[in-house]
Amino acid sequence: MAATIDQIFVLLKHWILAHAPVWVQPIFSAVLSAVAILVVFASLFALTTILERKGLGRFQNRYGPNRVGPFGLLQPLADGLKSLTKEDIVPHSADGVVHLLAPIALVVAAFLGYAVLPLGRNMTAINLDTGLLYFFAAGSAVELTIFMAGWSSRNKYSLLGAMRAVAQMISYEVPLILSTITVVMAAGALSTVAIVESQSAYSGIWPHWFVFTPWGFAGFVLFMIAGIAESNRSPFDLPEGESEIIAGYFIEYSGFKFALFFLGEYIGMFAICGLAITLFLGGWTAPFSFLIWVPSYFWFFAKLLVLIAMLIWIRSTLPRLRMDQLMNFAWKFMLPMALINLFAAGVWHFIPSVPVRWLVSAILIAIPYILLGRGLMHSNKLEKRTYRFAD
Amino acid sequence: MLGEGILKGLVETARNFFGSYVSKDRLTTVQFPEERLPQPEAARNYPFLVYDGGDWQAGLRCVACQICEKECPPKCIFIEKSTDKKPDYTGKPQFYPATFNIDVSVCMSCQICVEVCPFDAIEMDNAFELSTTDRFGGLLWNREQLAKPNSYFHNIHPATATEIDERLAAAKAKAEAKAKPADAPTPTAPQPEPPPAKS
Repeated sequence: MAATIDQIFVLLKHWILAHAPVWVQPIFSAVLSAVAILVVFASLFALTTILERKGLGRFQNRYGPNRVGPFGLLQPLADGLKSLTKEDIVPHSADGVVHLLAPIALVVAAFLGYAVLPLGRNMTAINLDTGLLYFFAAGSAVELTIFMAGWSSRNKYSLLGAMRAVAQMISYEVPLILSTITVVMAAGALSTVAIVESQSAYSGIWPHWFVFTPWGFAGFVLFMIAGIAESNRSPFDLPEGESEIIAGYFIEYSGFKFALFFLGEYIGMFAICGLAITLFLGGWTAPFSFLIWVPSYFWFFAKLLVLIAMLIWIRSTLPRLRMDQLMNFAWKFMLPMALINLFAAGVWHFIPSVPVRWLVSAILIAIPYILLGRGLMHSNKLEKRTYRFAD
Repeated sequence: MLGEGILKGLVETARNFFGSYVSKDRLTTVQFPEERLPQPEAARNYPFLVYDGGDWQAGLRCVACQICEKECPPKCIFIEKSTDKKPDYTGKPQFYPATFNIDVSVCMSCQICVEVCPFDAIEMDNAFELSTTDRFGGLLWNREQLAKPNSYFHNIHPATATEIDERLAAAKAKAEAKAKPADAPTPTAPQPEPPPAKS
């Protein structure tokens, strides 16, 4: 019974597929998976907008939206209707084709990564052998679309925002990918399904998630920081800093194109969170061995919601970084830490004794962390400026 | 330690998050259409005409002297003097405004009309939900829309209204005292009617 509920969507898909002629089945199967992913994550986007607005309100001691429907739950519907009915303005001197293509390409690029995310047991759209590589390759198209938007709008702010976005996303792509290599080393595979499988064992009631190792924890933190930067969310929302460059690369977008940017951004954020879950938090596996009977997709989405809540919490807490702080953080802290983490993970694999490898790995990460952080804090301290000629 | 400040900040925001569900004092938002804060007594936006008694046409204090029309900086008041006269609160026959229009889309809420009115006939209102779908006719208020009873004035600006009432009562008593000896020369001094309750 539990197994049936766990596999209910897979069985449903097979049942629908059985009604199609054989020669359509491969493409029909892909379409079915794609439609399911589109529907589920687009509705998750709608849910997240209301949760984020309500949550941010509570973090700031406000009520948040509470006018549309009971407790304001129909707010996403109102927002959607509003953005659909708004006038779509294209600047006179904008490059019309690119301007139109940019939001569409962004949403497409953001959705591409979901093809390899295991949403549950046997619930991966395509089990690629190089799934992780595919995810990052597809995800890096987002940079292109953002630059398309910034360039085609022919607005200095949008160009500034797009250049900031590209600089930021390329800088943070490095620690993002380096922090995932530890997991690839441990799992010995690039396939996301194999990575989840390698974390599905339990010792006692505790799962073998990679986040419960020193290098895994450090990798998870690095991955999440880089992932927030990658999805342009606060505190790394410089590309769209409202107070500096108004809305960055989507300043010239209105109506439904703007909504598409919004959608693409959140879809990208869910994809990054989904990948973090897959790599470090055991994918769809249950957090305790006695909870295996709960359907696997439930665990995936529960973890996803927890990570989203985490991101909302971080957004409500931290102010936006300055551009030089952002770059210093990426190249002087994230990159060395990711490399050291890689080394610590390698050392872990070559020490057979459990307590020793825990200790060595933890020390290998903690000491550089403290030294690096201290060094950066001291080097950044501004001295009191003295004016030689003014007095 | 490193990252300590971030953790402190996260704890602070989490305290706000859960605190806003526990203690209502944290939520300072007033849910406007359902709950309203009382307006401060000095709140004002557009003028209205005060009338005494129950009938707005009979009780209008305005005598169409047109001082406010002349003083109004943006010239938003339009008055037409009547040809006949009606008795004012002391019983003296006075002109009254046949037309009294205020274009509130022009009015700048300066209160100068109130300052210059020698009859305390025009006062500042504090009603603010005045939106209309007709931006021309809907924002041109005639004397019927402008006329509001003295009790309303007491409601929104109690201190000023009481002070004005006392002044008017005193003036009325003085006028009666002046009129009485001519009508019936009696040695007993006329008692003015008791002034309204002092604030």
